[in-house]
Amino acid sequence: MTARPATDAPRTLFDRIWDDHAVVERDDGYTLLYIDRHLMHDGSAGCFARLHERGLPLRRPDRSFGTPDHFVASGPEALAPLRRKALEAMTANAARHGFTMFDLGDARQGIAHVVGPEQGVTQPGLTLVCGDSHTSTHGALGALAFGVGQSEVAHVMATQCLWQRRPKTMRVSFEGRAPEGVTAKDLALAMIAKIGAGGGAGHVLEYAGEAVRALSIEGRLTLCNMSIEAGARAGMVAPDETTFTYLSGRPYAPQGADWDRALAHWRSLPSDPDAIFDREARLDASTLAPMVTWGVSPEDASPVDGRIPDPAAAADAAAREGLARTLDYMGLTPGAPIEGIEVDRVFIGSCTNSRIEDLREAARVLRGRKTTRPAWVVPGSGLVKAQAEAEGLDAVFRDAGVEWRAPGCSMCVGMNGDVGRPGERIASTTNRNFQGRQGPGVRTHLVSPAMAAAAAVEGRFADVRRML
Amino acid sequence: MQPFTALRAPALPLPLANVDTDQIIPARFLARPRDEQRGACFHDLRLDETGAPRPGFPMNRPAFAGARILVARGNFGCGSSRESAVTTLVDNGFCAFVAPSFGDIFFNNCFQNGALPVRLPEERVEALLAGLEASPGAEIAIDLEACVLTGPDGAADRFEVDGFRRDCLLRGVDVVDLTLGHAAEIAAFEARQAQTRGWLDRLP
Repeated sequence: MTARPATDAPRTLFDRIWDDHAVVERDDGYTLLYIDRHLMHDGSAGCFARLHERGLPLRRPDRSFGTPDHFVASGPEALAPLRRKALEAMTANAARHGFTMFDLGDARQGIAHVVGPEQGVTQPGLTLVCGDSHTSTHGALGALAFGVGQSEVAHVMATQCLWQRRPKTMRVSFEGRAPEGVTAKDLALAMIAKIGAGGGAGHVLEYAGEAVRALSIEGRLTLCNMSIEAGARAGMVAPDETTFTYLSGRPYAPQGADWDRALAHWRSLPSDPDAIFDREARLDASTLAPMVTWGVSPEDASPVDGRIPDPAAAADAAAREGLARTLDYMGLTPGAPIEGIEVDRVFIGSCTNSRIEDLREAARVLRGRKTTRPAWVVPGSGLVKAQAEAEGLDAVFRDAGVEWRAPGCSMCVGMNGDVGRPGERIASTTNRNFQGRQGPGVRTHLVSPAMAAAAAVEGRFADVRRML
Repeated sequence: MQPFTALRAPALPLPLANVDTDQIIPARFLARPRDEQRGACFHDLRLDETGAPRPGFPMNRPAFAGARILVARGNFGCGSSRESAVTTLVDNGFCAFVAPSFGDIFFNNCFQNGALPVRLPEERVEALLAGLEASPGAEIAIDLEACVLTGPDGAADRFEVDGFRRDCLLRGVDVVDLTLGHAAEIAAFEARQAQTRGWLDRLP
């Protein structure tokens, strides 16, 4: 266990939040950590069943929020019985336990990691968990947020706490300004390519540097979302004026005198300038390009002007074999330029890239152009959808030949009927290019919304910087 | 929960890195109840498009039948938080996993299900993989009390496991019950927080 620093020692943002939530500290290095906010989705039914088996109440319904996202349909098709059952169970559990629910039919429904920040449920300085690995998203507002499995979800339901070992800290600094056409998604993929899909394991990441400070909250949410793809359960950005402006007036953000008290606390949170991190990583944002993944791990990412790697050049036999297997699955030729790889289909959405800014970036590329491949846009929430429609983005999408659908996880998660066909190559704004993630045999390439839009127009990966 | 103390069992080599939870159990099986997820374990790696076993996949080789320990390369269990990744392995007889590193959430989920993840140095894992390939069906012994893993070659390695998690496994502790035993401290924390961070309790 990292020793708890004396109160006058320099501390990180993470240290402050952790120390502020320690309920019990054991001699063996484990801490009982208080959880301020618990987000639930439609995969939570089994966790409630465990609570019911024990005859325990949901300890803090006032600290619990839910919205269905994994199993919902993004189109008019009928729900498979098991999915309908999961959605009905969630509605019934909300009625039984009295937590705040943004259910289907409510404009506030959407992907939990879009809805939490949008409603102001997510705030600086708090601890937040959800039974989903992309809970790291919420760190964008300066919260300590991480995903847990179903047993730990049930534990939070029963106790509002979790036993945790204090993780290590790692600062990832993006120096300089990201060039035009290089988005938060590209920063994330460049980082994962550099440190590896397991590079952040055991650590909480704090993103810092000029390029991060320049990001909107939407961009920071994208960056923190991908922390788990670098192996880190949590990623955070220190709260600043961008954060406070974003939160001000949101329904569940503090109001009136509470706002002033909360703001004073939030301003005290950022890491001290001389705080020590266990590890440091640095990237020069000004040298980055739009990224495309070519393999089956998010670390298999390359600038769009790069080429598919050659197994013959691999370091050892295991790497050579692994790379050959990857390229076989992906149907790619060693040495081929990434620009020029034809795609079959395009998906814009997911907790990574379905917020209003993502849709604006895609629309900027699609305006006045026609897609040559089937493409979907799935907004992250009912409110994002309404905002996009108020700005006329839905018309831009429709005019370009893109299908404008209803909020949910859709093609990111492969468990709600929205999947590709075996062998299909998809340019996708999601977070995982794992084998079969978007359906058995599907070949997923992770890109930013602008790059996805460019691929939909060109029918192949194209450098979006030429189209802006 | 069943205590985990010591185990001596055949081990399955899975010489792959970054095995994500979508490989361990594809998402399309997650809506099903646990007793229907047993056959989903490594589904798309194990079976081809027609449902026929892929002969090269280690789980399909008769020599590895009855394996209870799985040895893999780095970042095993990365990806989603689905606890079914652990439970489908447990329901297929596996109760210990050996790798140079694990996905953090998978690692935590193991302890919730009476399973032990063991981190060993990469060179040692490579030696175990080679040894298991050379003598299929060979056994690995794990002594959690002493934190020692003995390979088929007889070489013993000490491994580290958090004291808290180790105690819980050794005694089969129910963690919810343990935490409910701290009800007074939790209530005191909440009272303190209501004073200092009162806005968290006031919803619109």
